[in-house]
Order: sequence, then C-alpha cells, then structure tokens
Amino acid sequence: MKILIFAEQRDAKLKKSSFEAVGAARSLASQLNGSCVALLVGSGVEGIAGELGAYGASRVVVVDAPKLARHSNSAFARVIAEVAAKEQAAIVILPASQMGKDLAPRVAVKLNAGLASDCIALRVENGDVIATRPVFAGKTLLDVKVKTPVKIFTLRPNVFAAIKTGETAAVEKMEVPLDDKDFTSTVTDISVATGRPDVTEADIVVSGGRGMKGPENFHLVEELADVLGAGVGASRAVVDAGWRPHDEQVGQTGKTVSPTMYVACGISGAVQHLAGMSSSKYIVAINKDKDAPIFQVADYGIVGDVMEILPELTAQLKQSLGK
Amino acid sequence: MKVVVCVNHVPDTETKIKVAPDNLSIDKTGVNYMMSPYDEIAVEEGLRIRDKFKGEVIVISLGGEQNKETLRKALAMGVDKVVLLKDEAMRDSFGVAQGLAEEIKTIAPDVILFGKQSIDFDDAQVGTMVAEMLGLPSVAVVVKMDIQEGKVVCQREIEGGHETVETKLPAVFLAQKGLNEPRYPTLKGIMAAKSKPIDVKPAAPAEVRVETLQLRKPPAKNPGRIVGTDKSAVPELIRLLHEEAKVI
Repeated sequence: MKILIFAEQRDAKLKKSSFEAVGAARSLASQLNGSCVALLVGSGVEGIAGELGAYGASRVVVVDAPKLARHSNSAFARVIAEVAAKEQAAIVILPASQMGKDLAPRVAVKLNAGLASDCIALRVENGDVIATRPVFAGKTLLDVKVKTPVKIFTLRPNVFAAIKTGETAAVEKMEVPLDDKDFTSTVTDISVATGRPDVTEADIVVSGGRGMKGPENFHLVEELADVLGAGVGASRAVVDAGWRPHDEQVGQTGKTVSPTMYVACGISGAVQHLAGMSSSKYIVAINKDKDAPIFQVADYGIVGDVMEILPELTAQLKQSLGK
Repeated sequence: MKVVVCVNHVPDTETKIKVAPDNLSIDKTGVNYMMSPYDEIAVEEGLRIRDKFKGEVIVISLGGEQNKETLRKALAMGVDKVVLLKDEAMRDSFGVAQGLAEEIKTIAPDVILFGKQSIDFDDAQVGTMVAEMLGLPSVAVVVKMDIQEGKVVCQREIEGGHETVETKLPAVFLAQKGLNEPRYPTLKGIMAAKSKPIDVKPAAPAEVRVETLQLRKPPAKNPGRIVGTDKSAVPELIRLLHEEAKVI
C-alpha cells in the first residue's frame, strides 16, 4: 500500500507543510503497513528531493520540466494523477495550502476519489483512515471516512508534526508528457511581500482589533510581530473599517490559523473571529474589557490598555530575545 | 456574455453552532441563514460582468427548499434567473459538484463564478471540481479579474502575496474577499424579487464518497490565567511564555 504525498515548493524551497505531510503519511504508513512516496514537481527542483527523505519519505519521485516552473492547476493535477495511478497509490496527501486546495479537487475528479479537505487529524480504525476536519470555521469538528478505493486528504498547515529522521530516500525522475493544452491557466507574474510570514504559515501571529483605536496605531502590532518573527493579522472589524488589508483578516470570513502562539491585541473575540484562531496552541490576549469573550479561550491574558501594554511587551521582549 | 453563479445557503457567521442529537448535523433551531459571503461577492462580480458586456446572470443553488431564500436575495441584487436544484438530503462536495456540473452543461455559460469556499463545511472543493468535470480552466481565490479580448487576467491570493493568472473563457472563477464590495439589494429589488419565478428541478443524483461519521464539539479549552491588569504584568507574561508555554 502506497501513500503519495505532494510536496509543495516555491523557488526550489520546500514548504514546511510538505514536511508535515510526509510526517503524517509516514505515521499512516506504519499503521497500514505501507510506504510513503513523495512527489516533487517543478523546474530545477531535483536538488531538494533529498530533504524529503530526511523527513521520512521512503522514495521521492521528481517530475522536473521547465514548463512546470510556475503553478498551473490543470498541468500539476495531471502530473499528480498520473503519478498516483502509476504508483497505484491508495492514499494521496496534499497540504491544504492555496496550491494544494487548487489541485486536490481536480486530482479527486481525475482519480474518482473522495476528498477530505483541511484535515487536522488522521487516525486508523479497523484499517480505515478516519479524518477530522474543522467545519463552520472550527465551531464544530467533523469526523469523516472516505469510501472510494483511492482516498485524498489535504492537511491544514502547522498542525501535523514534521519529524526529521535523517534517513536517505531513493530519488527517481519520472517523465509525464505535457503539451500546451494541459496548461489551461498560466501564472504570468508572482508578487510576494517580503519580510513577514503569511498568517497561515507563521509560527506566531500577532493580531490587532478595534482596541487599537485607529490604523495609525497598528505599527505597535507590527513592531511586536517583527520582534517575534511573526505574521500580522487583523479582526474583521478593522478590515471592514479599512484599517488593514483583507489578506490579514483572521476569522470565519478570513483566514483560519493554527500557529504555536496567537497574540490578540485589542480584539474582543466575536464568534466568527474565535472560529478562525481558537485552534492556536497558545493564545495571549490583551484587552481592557475583562468580560471580553477572547479571555475564555486565552491561555494568558492581561486585562488592560493595549496601547500601554504593547510597547512595553515589545521593548522587554526585544531585550530578552537580544534583538 | 452568459454568466452562471453558484451559491449556497449557510448559517450566519455570528451563529453559535450546536450539534443536533443525531450527532451528524447541526441543530437548526434559532439559526439564521444567509447567502455564503464569498458567494455574494461572486454574484456581485457576475452582475458587473453582465452590465459591462451585456448578457444574463443565472444563479444556481443546490439544496433544500430553504435555499430559495438565498435565491430570492440574488434576484433582489438584480440577477436575471435563478434555479434551485432540489435535494433535501445532505451531499458531500463531490455530489454537489456533480449536480451543478450537469445543470451548467445545459446552459453552456462563458463565465462560471463561485465563492472561494462555502462557510458551512469549508471544503473549498466544489468550484474547482465543477471546472474539472466540465474540462474548463479555473482560477481560485480571485481578488481581481479583468476580462479582455481573448483572455482573462486575474490576481489570485497565495501565501504572503499574489499570482497573476491568465486564462481563456469559458472558465470558472472562485471569488475571494477584496474582489468587489457586494451591493445591498434595493427595496424595489426586494419587492420585485418576491414575484419572480424560481425554476425548481431535481438535482442530478450523486453517490456518497465522503461519509460523515460524527459531528462534534471541539474539546473545551481549560480556562486561562489573567496575568495582570497593567504593564507591570509584562515580565510575568514573558516568563510564562518562556518557561511554561516554551513558545519564545
């Protein structure tokens, strides 16, 4: 029994979520008596294949072609489906990243497979894989079983453990013939903001809400984020008010995050915001209202004025982290 | 230009979700429903495309009788026709995509719009599956879309940035917040929508691929600790984060 994982990379650098997918696949493989094969797709990516072995893949298949330098959902989905068929993979795993979410539904249709999206746990019960996925933005959890012979899972980033085993995997190049009509959409340009990590990938997220009083005070949130190497998030209220851009919004109609630490600054914790961040491992809340719902999910709270506490926290952290 | 927009009818984002006694579905008592917010952005985009290029906007929803409420909202926003593909039973995303794809095939639209995901089951599968089933291109998480002569140029959100994606019509687009600001229906629109017809048809059958075993509440969090009430609490907070949580 083979488990195929799609390893996502950008600019020949593997995403952490790819190692997490290998970790999850390896754990399933040991329970199901199978093996974990990683698939690496791109242009000039063969050199990084070994890293997937070091995280536990027993083999790495590389499909390397200049045409595959940039994302194209039709072509990448075709590559994944062809390799999965050739390998007779019973399970296909992808990260639930923007790329993985763009590919998995197409692969599912091609392989006649059921797909469970954005899983936060996979367990084996009587030989079946039971997947747990947050629904209603995490207000409830759903346990599902995929009934088709081939099963596909996408995994929420930052949830599964990436474990370095230091092993070496056999790397094998495979050709998948592609012509122009396999590329029904093409990426012509990529603009990536440098500096702070995206909230969905960051280990630490610092978010600001209405308690920040105005867009001019968000530098306080950004300064704390920069000391911690964190991503910057925002509540729906401040995004709707135009203080912060849409791509920072955390919550049911924004991004769902699961960082190691989430720092909520001046956020009261509306139901739809809590839904997007309550799966964070540690939650710190700073809010002047002691009855704010955010304190019901926070591990550590300071009831006080965020404008006074944030600069102090930033300054003291800077000192203790030696920055 | 023929535009199809697919919409879902979902619990309001402010709703607290309770699990029903069957442990498979949500308790619907006291839950307000609405058009899924990303679908609303898709409807708005459809209307703008129609107004610019002429043509019609057809809105389709697959689900039960209650989905008519969301279809009426689409009518009130100004769409030309609405279709309810009726199925009172729960379907997985594959089943929803199959039902929608069968209907869309008969319409042969130029542009097919979805929200980037429905905010109930958060699968983010249906739109891209429909594209694959119909052999069409798709662009997901679209924050900008410009239909030009012979091509469509989109911006889609990726982690930490954007991709510019080019494709050709007919194609499927999945709307993300930021694409536009959906209009509020006018009173006149709301009144007119009440008397407009809703085309009701049975949804094409589908098999279950992903079986629901259990819907459950997330494990409760232990109550946290209030470290202090002013900036003198900062050293203690840092100590806890460092020594207890070990996150810094």
